[in-house]
Amino acid sequence: MNDILKRLSERFPVSNIVHQRENMVFVTLQKINSIPCISYLKEFEGFTHLVMLAAVDFIEDGIFQLTYILHNYKLHTDIGIRVKIEREHPVMESIHTLWAQARTYQQELKEMFGIDFPGSPGIDEPFLLEGWQNIPPMRKDFDTLKYSQETFFPRPGRKSYDPQKYMKQKLYPDKEPE
Amino acid sequence: MKKDNRLLPNNDVPDVERDYFCDAYPEPVKPFQGFIEKFLNWARANSLWILGFGTGCGAIELRPLMTARFDMFRYGMAPRPTPRQSCVFVIGGYASIKTLKRIVRSYEQIQAPKFVLALGSCTINGGMYFDSYNTINRIDHYIPVDVYVTGCMPRPEALIAGLRKLQELIKQGKAEKANEYIKNFEWYKANQKKVIKDWNMPDYNW
Amino acid sequence: MKDKDREKFPELVDGKAVIDLDSQKFLKVWQGPQHPGVTGNISLEVTLSGDEVVDLKTHVGYLHRGFEKLMERRKYLQCFTIVCRICVPEPDTNEYVFAAATEQLAGITIPEKAKWLRTLTLEMARLASFLMWIGGQAGALGMGTIAQWTVAQRDYILDLFEELTGGRVYHMYIVPGGVRGDIPDGFIEHVEKVMKGVEKVLYDVDIALLNNAIFKMRAKGLGYISKDMVDEYGIVGPNARAAGLARDIRKNSPYLIYDQLDFKVITGTKSDALERTFIRFQEMVQCVSLIRQIINKMPKNGDYHTRIPNPLHWKIPAGETYVRAEASRGEYGYYMLSDGTEYPRRVQVRGPSYTHAIAVLEKLAIGTNLADLAALMVSLHTCPPEIER
Repeated sequence: MNDILKRLSERFPVSNIVHQRENMVFVTLQKINSIPCISYLKEFEGFTHLVMLAAVDFIEDGIFQLTYILHNYKLHTDIGIRVKIEREHPVMESIHTLWAQARTYQQELKEMFGIDFPGSPGIDEPFLLEGWQNIPPMRKDFDTLKYSQETFFPRPGRKSYDPQKYMKQKLYPDKEPE
Repeated sequence: MKKDNRLLPNNDVPDVERDYFCDAYPEPVKPFQGFIEKFLNWARANSLWILGFGTGCGAIELRPLMTARFDMFRYGMAPRPTPRQSCVFVIGGYASIKTLKRIVRSYEQIQAPKFVLALGSCTINGGMYFDSYNTINRIDHYIPVDVYVTGCMPRPEALIAGLRKLQELIKQGKAEKANEYIKNFEWYKANQKKVIKDWNMPDYNW
Repeated sequence: MKDKDREKFPELVDGKAVIDLDSQKFLKVWQGPQHPGVTGNISLEVTLSGDEVVDLKTHVGYLHRGFEKLMERRKYLQCFTIVCRICVPEPDTNEYVFAAATEQLAGITIPEKAKWLRTLTLEMARLASFLMWIGGQAGALGMGTIAQWTVAQRDYILDLFEELTGGRVYHMYIVPGGVRGDIPDGFIEHVEKVMKGVEKVLYDVDIALLNNAIFKMRAKGLGYISKDMVDEYGIVGPNARAAGLARDIRKNSPYLIYDQLDFKVITGTKSDALERTFIRFQEMVQCVSLIRQIINKMPKNGDYHTRIPNPLHWKIPAGETYVRAEASRGEYGYYMLSDGTEYPRRVQVRGPSYTHAIAVLEKLAIGTNLADLAALMVSLHTCPPEIER
């Protein structure tokens, strides 16, 4: 694994290398270098299996982090590539020419986060939601409890307890609540 | 009884398909009286045919019902593939918006007398998906429910107990929720249209 | 299955057919959300020319509950109650992968006996899932009795689960830190009895299904997956093993105690629906043998749970990880990212049917008969709840 990383850092500017497990590494790349790096890993280093493409919303930093996870079946190692893209108009290059299965992941990310992958087949068709007229639901500024209480009819009488506060009150009933 | 001559607006059907659908207003079915209704209720109760549409998690416990261990065929119940041939709709658990549209369509296509059995706690108050943006919280605001069976999931024996209770209700003449649906048609339709945003069906799926 | 005279069928350009819907030669049919062999709801929009499928589009989303958003609102230990409902016929794989990801991020190691108990639960869940699947595969081709036998036998495995964990379908047994309870008295004898019953049923299924002339004729050549399709489409599990590639996570990157068990990776050569059925059948027999090895080799004494911090105040250190397990359908994985608080930041689930049921099915269905389409879908072992969570 270390010599793969050495060869990779000679060719591309990788940063923030984290060895999560014995055979799993996460690296960060810039958006402009990420697709050439992924193609290099697929063609020359044997990472032929695209495991998943995930997106994480960091609303406080104003970015989305895309994570591409690739797997090498000969060495049984994984590599995760983190790419940060901006949150206002999120656009990323599509990898459906490398892996035909990627178009499903990209379709879902467009619907759930709003990240556009121009050129991906079927990118604008609704995938999981039907008749959805709100902001993409997996973003952090979408409050799912509020939406559910307003749109659907919650049955009255449901009480929710914060487990911490409840246990504190039960165990120490004389103490002042903080 | 005065015949209802109202017509359904059917506003959301595309114009090219408008004459495929019937636009008569649904009417409640008046039951017979006395001995004939008792006989018909006995016949209905002992031949409940279930629509084989597994809508959610609860469908996983519908399949063992048909095997020899729990054996629902001895009560006269059988799974049928189409709504036209069935009379019980078993709603297995949560209903997402996409599935709710199909539930409403299938329910209205079942011919009266029809009954609904709701499984699981997701149908009662949303269950563990109470804060989800895609599942509904109370199924009885969209279609009328006769019997609820609690659990997550209910065992097949609990399902059979629920179906037996439905049989008792039918024999007593109390399972008339299909008529209530038509009497409160405007309210149910407004609830459904509030949630299902891309309505491209007729207002009542005959 | 395919006509020799291809004049009346549309030509294929890049694998997709050139269709003119106005020419009245094609028919669009909707094979709706219910399928008797598939545990879930998925729709197929099929374009037909005569009896042969020329185009297919899948529609998913009937079972979308927004799990990933729900998990961001619940603490780690509250999450594990909803995680098992992501995949309905085989919930234990979800629990294990979630627990393993949490333990990796938090730096917890679990005791030895807990590993054996987890492996036992996983293998029993695999067997139950396979028994349900083979009923669906036979039923899709017209043989309904096989489903009655196998689903009835699967019920006895669910009885075992009820004795061990308390629930028939959803167990919530594998928690971060170990398992929830030890095996009760008399459990080992019950397991042995149920395994004998499963072997009898498998013997009957072998005679009735795998030696059946109609099944062999209909399933031969159905849904042929070539070797280069496997990596391009991300095909995993028995589907990839039938194509000739010996890929099994339990052997390649062993987790729990699979390196102490004795089993072989089962591969095939012909890679059509018939071969996939043979391979899954042999994996069922292998599951029975693995369960017997586990109950014989399991240590008698030991802790089944390790001490974890107070679950109401448990903060997991920041980091990200990806953990995988071999379910009955293939590689099941969770990507988890935590930012140091009590709530997970992002959990994404990768189910094997995510690639099988959408991209692969749309490619394989072109050229099949309409009557065999359901059998093709079941032979890829589609399970819709894990596609749309």
